[in-house]
Amino acid sequence: MSALHIVNKSPFERNSLDSCLRLAAKGSAVLLFEDGVIGAMKNTKHSDAVAKAMSDISFYALGPDIKARGLNDGNIIDGINVIDYDGFVDLTTEHNTVQSWL
Amino acid sequence: MEDGEGIIKKFCYMNRKAPYGTIYALESLEVVLIAAAFDQDISLVFADDGVYQLTKNQETDGIGMKNFSKTYSALGDYDIKKIYVEKESLEERGLSVDDLQALKYEDEDDDWVEKDSLFVVGSEELTKIINEQDVVLSF
Repeated sequence: MSALHIVNKSPFERNSLDSCLRLAAKGSAVLLFEDGVIGAMKNTKHSDAVAKAMSDISFYALGPDIKARGLNDGNIIDGINVIDYDGFVDLTTEHNTVQSWL
Repeated sequence: MEDGEGIIKKFCYMNRKAPYGTIYALESLEVVLIAAAFDQDISLVFADDGVYQLTKNQETDGIGMKNFSKTYSALGDYDIKKIYVEKESLEERGLSVDDLQALKYEDEDDDWVEKDSLFVVGSEELTKIINEQDVVLSF
């Protein structure tokens, strides 16, 4: 089993996502939620770092947080799975640890 | 003042946070509406993640929070007609003015014609705008 990393801060505001991507092991998963969903958007100055990390890490983003911020699903980086709260729960049960990057 | 003619100062509200993840955006809006009631010269600035506050089509049912984005379109009724969005902040987020709400006010000196109240400005111009203020409040 692998780790689930959860990131709830905007990559423009904190270095949480950067640090998470630097330190997450190959095969782990990253869930972007709350302001963290900004890290899932295409065409930002952080998009390339996420796209590059996708070869080693699977990415998820919480749909309700994307919708709340008026960021539509069409602008999500290809390959990131948009999930709901039930999916969030599933992820926590499928991984043996959950690490929060505050 | 005694005769009711108060001093008018230039107030700038600087918004730099995305909505919903923190309480700053909502609190700023509340304070702006209070200040508007005192007939002050108000400017709103949206920079950094603050630009996300003005996105179109926000739907908050899924996160169980109040969608306050509709309030921005009411700012014109409070005579708030200077809303500045930093161009560089939009660009580094892959956003354009089309992703934002169209904010308007009705000009009472011009037969109530509807005019734009949202202006996309570059950093250099924004520096000047901020520098002209009497008070800058940060959110």
